[in-house]
Amino acid sequence: MVYLTRKAEFSASHYYHNPKFSAEENQRIFGKCNNPNGHGHNYTLEVTVKGEVDPPSGFVVDLKQLKETMSREVLEALDHRFLNKEVPEFFTRIPTTENLAIAIWQRLSPKLKAAQLHRVRVYETPDLFVDFYGEA
Amino acid sequence: MKAYLTRRYMFSASHRLHSDALSDAENVATYGKCNNPYGHGHNYTLEVTVSGAVDERTGMVCNLTDLDDLVHGEILERFDHQNLNTLADFATRVPTTENLCMVIYDILQRGFRHAHLEKVRFEETMMNSFEYWGENRVIE
Repeated sequence: MVYLTRKAEFSASHYYHNPKFSAEENQRIFGKCNNPNGHGHNYTLEVTVKGEVDPPSGFVVDLKQLKETMSREVLEALDHRFLNKEVPEFFTRIPTTENLAIAIWQRLSPKLKAAQLHRVRVYETPDLFVDFYGEA
Repeated sequence: MKAYLTRRYMFSASHRLHSDALSDAENVATYGKCNNPYGHGHNYTLEVTVSGAVDERTGMVCNLTDLDDLVHGEILERFDHQNLNTLADFATRVPTTENLCMVIYDILQRGFRHAHLEKVRFEETMMNSFEYWGENRVIE
């Protein structure tokens, strides 16, 4: 089994707010992230796939196809967007880095054919990242 | 949905690697430059990884401010700009980065109740790093 990781970057804005919480609770739990006008990050996405090396090609997966899938399914939908208002997953879920990693997994997993998705890692800043392995 | 969250922190400290269980010659042979009696320092990068189910109400594994508060109060304020050899944590242990991982893991394990502690990872320099997952980790 070989693991292959491809990186990509996207920039997006978001804010954290749960309509079920009072204004005070939202402020206490989410702090600065609760500003309704939003704020932004340069996100780094790492997608790791796993599989056996195909002897004729020497590939686990065709990198070009992986790059195209990541661009089409993830980057085009998220890059330079206000996540709360423009990305359907976040109409009802808070666009935390945790939920972002889960949403990216759910977008990519059914579209990857040759290799199996192993991990989605999303860096919100260089000092904060979330890993999702598809665990329930 | 279970997710893993990692936060990085930095502090600077000095240390000297010297074991009372070894002779002077053995200490030099074992620790080399790190045995210099005056000590030397590093900019340490600490990575803390916690895991748990993402809370549907908050979208979070845990609130980062809780982790930040504990790390700042119990770790950074105690270890930053200190000589590790002078701290009680290293009274009987050599302040290698391996032992530093275990000391920090124990502090977090005792003090952090908001998510499951998975791992402590230290970068001592850009060229080396150390991880401690606790004693019960099963290698997959």
